[in-house]
Amino acid sequence: MTQAEALQEYLLRLADSDMILGQRLCELCGKAPALEEELALMNVALDLVGQARNWYEYAAELIDDGGDADKLAFRRDAHNYRNLLLTEQPNEDYAVTMGRQFFFDAWHYLTLNSLVDSSNERVAGIAAKALKEATYHLRRSSEWIKRLGDGTEESHRRMQDAVDILWRFTGELITPNDTDHIMAEAGIGPEPDQLASNWREMVNEVLTQATLTPGADDAWMYMGGKHGEHTEHLGFILAEMQFLQRAYPDATTW
Amino acid sequence: MYAQLVETGSKRLKTKEEMSPQEREFQEKVDAEIKIEAKNWMPEGYRKTLVRQISQHAHSEVVGMLPEGNWVTRAPTLKRKLQLMAKIQDEAGHGLYLYSAMETLGADRDEEIEKLHQGKAKYSSIFNYPTLNWADMGAVGWLVDGAAIVNQVVLQRTSYGPYSRAMVRICKEESFHQRQGYQILLDLMREGTDEQKAMVQDAINRLWWPSLMMFGPHDDESPNSQQSLAWKIKRKGNDELRQMFIDQTVPQLEFLGCTAPDPDLKWNEETGHYDFGEINWQEFYDVLKGNGPCNRERINTRKKAIDEGRWVREAAVAYAKKQKQRTQAA
Repeated sequence: MTQAEALQEYLLRLADSDMILGQRLCELCGKAPALEEELALMNVALDLVGQARNWYEYAAELIDDGGDADKLAFRRDAHNYRNLLLTEQPNEDYAVTMGRQFFFDAWHYLTLNSLVDSSNERVAGIAAKALKEATYHLRRSSEWIKRLGDGTEESHRRMQDAVDILWRFTGELITPNDTDHIMAEAGIGPEPDQLASNWREMVNEVLTQATLTPGADDAWMYMGGKHGEHTEHLGFILAEMQFLQRAYPDATTW
Repeated sequence: MYAQLVETGSKRLKTKEEMSPQEREFQEKVDAEIKIEAKNWMPEGYRKTLVRQISQHAHSEVVGMLPEGNWVTRAPTLKRKLQLMAKIQDEAGHGLYLYSAMETLGADRDEEIEKLHQGKAKYSSIFNYPTLNWADMGAVGWLVDGAAIVNQVVLQRTSYGPYSRAMVRICKEESFHQRQGYQILLDLMREGTDEQKAMVQDAINRLWWPSLMMFGPHDDESPNSQQSLAWKIKRKGNDELRQMFIDQTVPQLEFLGCTAPDPDLKWNEETGHYDFGEINWQEFYDVLKGNGPCNRERINTRKKAIDEGRWVREAAVAYAKKQKQRTQAA
């Protein structure tokens, strides 16, 4: 894989992960446990889809096949999506929704925090703007993990269940593949070992405060999103999200 | 919006002579356009009417997120998706803001929401209609937010201070939503395929009459209007507002190159207004009573969200309590 190819892969991972998680949060419109949460969820979703657009625009320039950000978001099939498997997992209850968010936010924050010093100026610029938003997302989801983990007996049980359900998707966040190594060597992306240890430390600290038990260090991990091998959920997400572009392929404006 | 049908508890206005000294002083203040604030004395009927109206308005913002939620996961481009998400977020914000204004009157948000779920509180009937194609997201912005603004611009001068101030802020955002909605339709009509243009006309056909119903019954069928007007909770009658809306909307409709599903709609040189056909009032009252296409779905969705979220809210309360105890112990 050349560095240019790796950069495209990496940009799509960032964009697709933002986009798919944003889409999952959109599904919760009108269904949040309180009006304040309605506002906050849509706010986070809005940040994520906005960031996705920035990454897609840069990726589209590099791919340079006449397509644009919309084509990347709405005309690619699942096997071309590069989002982390965690982001496509269903909302289930609010513990799963917030658990998914927290594991992602910790990865997202640490990744962006490294990308602001990227040797690629364009990447650094997009990351700088996104980091402010991700910092707020992480603070918010960390607080929810603590509230639910250390709230009532029921919320503790549900939150622990959520950690157990989602844990197998966390390995992918911190297990590097070729793309990660090439990005790190080029000074574009974060150093994988550093990212992994920071993520573990951050997650353990919050889970401990929340009286929750993390999954085992040697737990089996479900991976594949980074190279386009997804869970069964992604096909349905795209069927809904891409419906109009697919049903009206001749339309050039919306 | 959406003072569609707000019970005031009085069928006849009191004369100045019939009023108590407190009531008379209150009415004189209202007549002099002095805003009533939360700490001021107010007649019980005034307070209750406001609670009903503001809660109805807040419920409308929240229920109004649902027909848009129906399309936010299917928005066709990143730009349109972001716009729709921002609009929905604004509406949640309006809901919160209005519930706060309502709480200055001593009402409780949870109790009022419970009344909504039991079918005892109303919200704007328009949200009981389904959103069936993408152009509905344009038509809702243009027609529904448009009708709401006509109501709300006038409500900026409503006699209750906190409500009036909420309206000022909300109006700014809704004008933006309305322009955005119209732009969706305009883009589809100008650059869209035949199928996309057909979506626009279909959306207008379905949403035209329900939008006109948003202004409520004729003034002579609206016994509560007189009291609300005297208290300056309402500032203009339903028919006058509806006419204002029609007069400003028809030229925009023509500019789109679309038609309204009303054969009687035509410019009247003599009156300087558009004439229009009679609203199907049976449908209006049916929808208000719960027999619209989506009444059940809308309420069930809201009820389910609040019921299933109970353990989350309880956890937040329990955690806050623990944190407080820890701080005190430290």
